[in-house]
Amino acid sequence: MTKGPRDKTMTVDEVVGELKDGMTIGIGGWGPRRKPMALVRAILRSDLTDLTLVSWGGADVGLLARAGRIRRLVYAFVSLDTVPLEPNFQKARQDGTIPEIVELDEGMFQAGLRAAAQRLPFLPMRAGLGSDVMVNNPWLRTVTSPYDDGEELVAVPALNLDVAMVHLNRADAHGNATYLGPDPYFDDLFAMAADRTFVTCEQIVDTAGLTVDTPVQRLLLSRMMVSGVVETPNGAHFTTCTPDYERDERFQRAYAAAASGTDEEWAAFEERFLLGDEAAYQSAVRAFGEES
Amino acid sequence: MDATRAEVCAAAVADAFKDDGEIFASPMGLMPMLGVRLAKLTSNPDLVISDGESLFLAGVPPLFAKADVVEGWIPFRKVFDVVAYGKRHVMMGATQVDREGNQNISAIGDFARPKRQLLGSRGAPGNTVNNRTSYWVPKHSPRVFVERVDVVSGVGPRRAREAGPAAARFNDIHRIITNLAVLDVGGADDTVRLLSVHPGVTVEEVQEATGFDLAAPADVPETRLPTMEELVLIREMLDPKELRHKEVPA
Repeated sequence: MTKGPRDKTMTVDEVVGELKDGMTIGIGGWGPRRKPMALVRAILRSDLTDLTLVSWGGADVGLLARAGRIRRLVYAFVSLDTVPLEPNFQKARQDGTIPEIVELDEGMFQAGLRAAAQRLPFLPMRAGLGSDVMVNNPWLRTVTSPYDDGEELVAVPALNLDVAMVHLNRADAHGNATYLGPDPYFDDLFAMAADRTFVTCEQIVDTAGLTVDTPVQRLLLSRMMVSGVVETPNGAHFTTCTPDYERDERFQRAYAAAASGTDEEWAAFEERFLLGDEAAYQSAVRAFGEES
Repeated sequence: MDATRAEVCAAAVADAFKDDGEIFASPMGLMPMLGVRLAKLTSNPDLVISDGESLFLAGVPPLFAKADVVEGWIPFRKVFDVVAYGKRHVMMGATQVDREGNQNISAIGDFARPKRQLLGSRGAPGNTVNNRTSYWVPKHSPRVFVERVDVVSGVGPRRAREAGPAAARFNDIHRIITNLAVLDVGGADDTVRLLSVHPGVTVEEVQEATGFDLAAPADVPETRLPTMEELVLIREMLDPKELRHKEVPA
């Protein structure tokens, strides 16, 4: 019998079972785009806490902040785009409920992931110089070029992750995965910056199926970077997962309204959407969609 | 045809990009996008523009319309490459701008426990030490133009100088365009200076709406009116839904 690479399929709750309090978790996607929301929701159902979150943030950060799960947040922005300011994140910052805040320039963030992916302690960069990123993160250091120019640059430290979580359009059972939308974001970098990476996807297909109607350049993740694969249809909801679906703007407005409303209004949103499992979430979302 | 204030602003934004040559124009928000597209159709057809997501557009579609012809791929990772490469002019928003041309989009109040959390610094620190950066302020007021910003996201020339040659080398704060005036950082010791006031606005009004003493020459010119060609392009082609008047009321 010929042996193939191992089957890594699992459930969202099994992924969360692999996580521990205090871990550093990188969340892929970008703002309100292709976020592994099914995994974020599974974390909300667990009692995981004290997390360090590394994210170009959207509702992933907002939801985990509101639930008080974040001890340290590394971000460059948190935004829902059509709702520019993420209300749950805003509230957490203004109430001072996230103990440690690391706000970086968004390009520094990429340099930090790249350093981690390349197993380097830091990468030099111009971004950050002269700005309050250096003042508010006094542990950031500069490095002087050893060449004749002698330029003093920011030594962006590696953003090493215990776990990365990303959502792509398709994957095989071994962890090879493609994005079908216009932008890969930085999901491959997150994967390589992490000890372990869990991929959720719209659809698990056989390996040959990954390139049957899609250029090979869209194969963003290789199975050697991936520890687990979960099929979670509509799992990025309410963020975009182009071309499978776009952002659910109506749902996002309802989320933002509840998040900026009273505690009772937020509790009602949680009750309706977040207290059950992923299947219950998806069915509540369908019911919400039928109201319109 | 009488131009509205919004149309004067659009032409002023276009002028900020007219001498840029063949670079990536990155407008953030409606008025910067309108002005950049106007520049591409008039003074600088070599500008490279995008859909704000991941595509370089060969044509110049109306605001928020889908692309017609695509001429390149610019996912977020490649935007960072172009920032470092330098062939880019970004026009960002600004919740605060100070006398020294520093910009804040991060937070109002003390950073550790802000009174109001904003977006976060986004790309402002990197933009301002790598490529030409301008700002668009739709409502010129003493709340925006402050003596000192609460958080320095975008780095003004003095801060860049003080951070050393690596920071100052590509720092290039080009224009600050508001609903009242056009400014730059060409005042004494690289401070904010008044370049022109929009038709119907006085220098005194601009000074009153600014929370610091504004450098101004003895004779401040008026911002130019859009040409007939520009007005037709704005009204008939780029912004037939008049979204510009939601940002700067007619």
